[in-house]
Amino acid sequence: MVERNYQAENSAFKELPDRQSPIKETSIGYWMRANLFSSFTSLLLTLISLFIIAVVIWGLLDWTVLKATWTGTTQDACDREGACWIFIGEKFLNFIYGYYPQLLYWRINLVVILFTLLIIPVTLKRIALRKRLLYGSLLVFVYPVIGAALILGVPSITCNVSDPHPLCYVPTTKWGGLMMTLILSYVGIVVSIPIGILLALGRMSNMPVIKMLSIIFIEICRGVPLITILFMASVVLPIFLPPGVEFNKLVRALIGIIFFQSAYYAEVVRGGLQAIPKGQHEAADAAGLNYTQKTYYITLPQALKIVIPSIVGTSISLAKDTSLVVIIGLFDVLAIVTTSAADSNWLGFDSEGYVFVAFIFWVFCYSMSRYSYYLERKYGIQKH
Amino acid sequence: MNKSNANKTKSGGAGELIVEISNLNKWFGSFHVLKDINLVVGKGERIVICGPSGSGKSTLIRCINKLEEYQEGLIKVDNIPVDDNVKNIAAIRSGKVGMVFQHFNLFPHLKVLDNLTIAQKLVLHRDQNEAKEVAMNYLTRVRIADQANKFPGQLSGGQQQRVAIARSLCMNPQVMLFDEPTSALDPEMISEVLDVMVELAEGGMTMVCVTHEMGFARKVADCICFMDKGQIVEKNTAKKFFEEAQNERTRLFLSQIISH
Repeated sequence: MVERNYQAENSAFKELPDRQSPIKETSIGYWMRANLFSSFTSLLLTLISLFIIAVVIWGLLDWTVLKATWTGTTQDACDREGACWIFIGEKFLNFIYGYYPQLLYWRINLVVILFTLLIIPVTLKRIALRKRLLYGSLLVFVYPVIGAALILGVPSITCNVSDPHPLCYVPTTKWGGLMMTLILSYVGIVVSIPIGILLALGRMSNMPVIKMLSIIFIEICRGVPLITILFMASVVLPIFLPPGVEFNKLVRALIGIIFFQSAYYAEVVRGGLQAIPKGQHEAADAAGLNYTQKTYYITLPQALKIVIPSIVGTSISLAKDTSLVVIIGLFDVLAIVTTSAADSNWLGFDSEGYVFVAFIFWVFCYSMSRYSYYLERKYGIQKH
Repeated sequence: MNKSNANKTKSGGAGELIVEISNLNKWFGSFHVLKDINLVVGKGERIVICGPSGSGKSTLIRCINKLEEYQEGLIKVDNIPVDDNVKNIAAIRSGKVGMVFQHFNLFPHLKVLDNLTIAQKLVLHRDQNEAKEVAMNYLTRVRIADQANKFPGQLSGGQQQRVAIARSLCMNPQVMLFDEPTSALDPEMISEVLDVMVELAEGGMTMVCVTHEMGFARKVADCICFMDKGQIVEKNTAKKFFEEAQNERTRLFLSQIISH
């Protein structure tokens, strides 16, 4: 055994204050050196990327802004060198409201305002959770009914074109545009999430019949493309209904979307439930909570928190997939834009239309994704 | 049994039994984990169960509140049979038997206070004020009242385990089960949890503890059970257990855990 003398070292001990790191990792110069120019390859890739970005941005800017035509009323005002935004401007209301009577646009606006009034308290942190849940359930259960009634109107009153009764009947065949896209997405998401949760719980249930039924439903709906389900809802479903009973086309599309989407949510939620440690179930059991209480207060809230990003991701997919309803004859925003570009007064403005639609979809999907990011960060601190 | 008899008379009902386990057998598939277990726990009695890992000690106490099923024999808690009847199980879990786990199992999405009140409100139907009062009372007893509005993730292991003990006590259990309550803790936090458990024992709580803390066992146990390979090898008073264990395997186990 080696015997060293540590006495001098020990007696020299004194507590050291904290010092700052000599490398300032937050400085721009340091960041650039570390991330952009750390080696020859890195430098090369940085330069190539910058070149590509510059070319793409310049081209886009040139077409969408610099050479674009902004004023005028007909296509003759556009010189075809750049984008012709007059087309979008002239058809804008059409893109948003579809073929809805112009004098009744306020009904749709009212539905949007109602949504805003309800969603604000749900997202505000300083409002009590109980109240937020109340507004949330209003949004899920009551709002769609009120909204549908407002947009639809009273069935017995027919609309005349020049001076329509404020509550006159606008059949769903007149609906379209962005409004249609939002209705399909909103109802698809809001109705499917609760069904998806029930399906997930069903699939994890101890009761064999419920479990089997859930598995069959989920696997069938997930194994088939949405477009097929829409076809089935539109063409096959009426065959099973008694003659004379006719389902509205929009309702059929919604049923198809809900089938499809709830199966996806079910698998997402099941993933979350499986991530909950066994100890959480045991602690709840040992405290005497029954299955419903345990699920509602203990396991489900934790599971949903984990799967927020996946739920939002699945919802974003749905919002984009709603464009598929065009195949059963419903006009979502994309379909309306395509149709408008075939208008003889505005032939050949497809590019502008598609850029506009892409922008609209991007705005909605990106806001959803930001909200999910915000939720993730908000709940992140409570993890172990 | 003589010492525990004295305790029973002290705490009221003479010989009143809280837990009765008779001829208990349990299998995990083909693996026979518990073999012919017989054990009674009287009111106010403190029982420590020890033994090597895999001996079935955790499984045994988890049978008492039916976190585990058993295939043969009978367990009764306060004369209610622990069987397939859902009502019996609900009765046993809501206020008869409290449990503290190795990994605390606090609800991470709820604040400490809500962890303590949720079962009181849902199971015992106490209103918010009463539940909160009870909760704060027990949080004070485990010296952690100042953390009531934090989330479990913000607490140290020792603090979390004390919260877990308080959570169980809020339900006014007649017997507390401890499943290796200090095994997941950093060494410097073990004593704060054991102190709380000793105080609980001194207050007359009936306890069944699975633990390797022999100092704790010596201090509070009326009876120490040594389990090995699914059987209770030896039951003895604390003094006799450490000084004149009757069974060879018990002596070997003691020499292994006390030697260093």
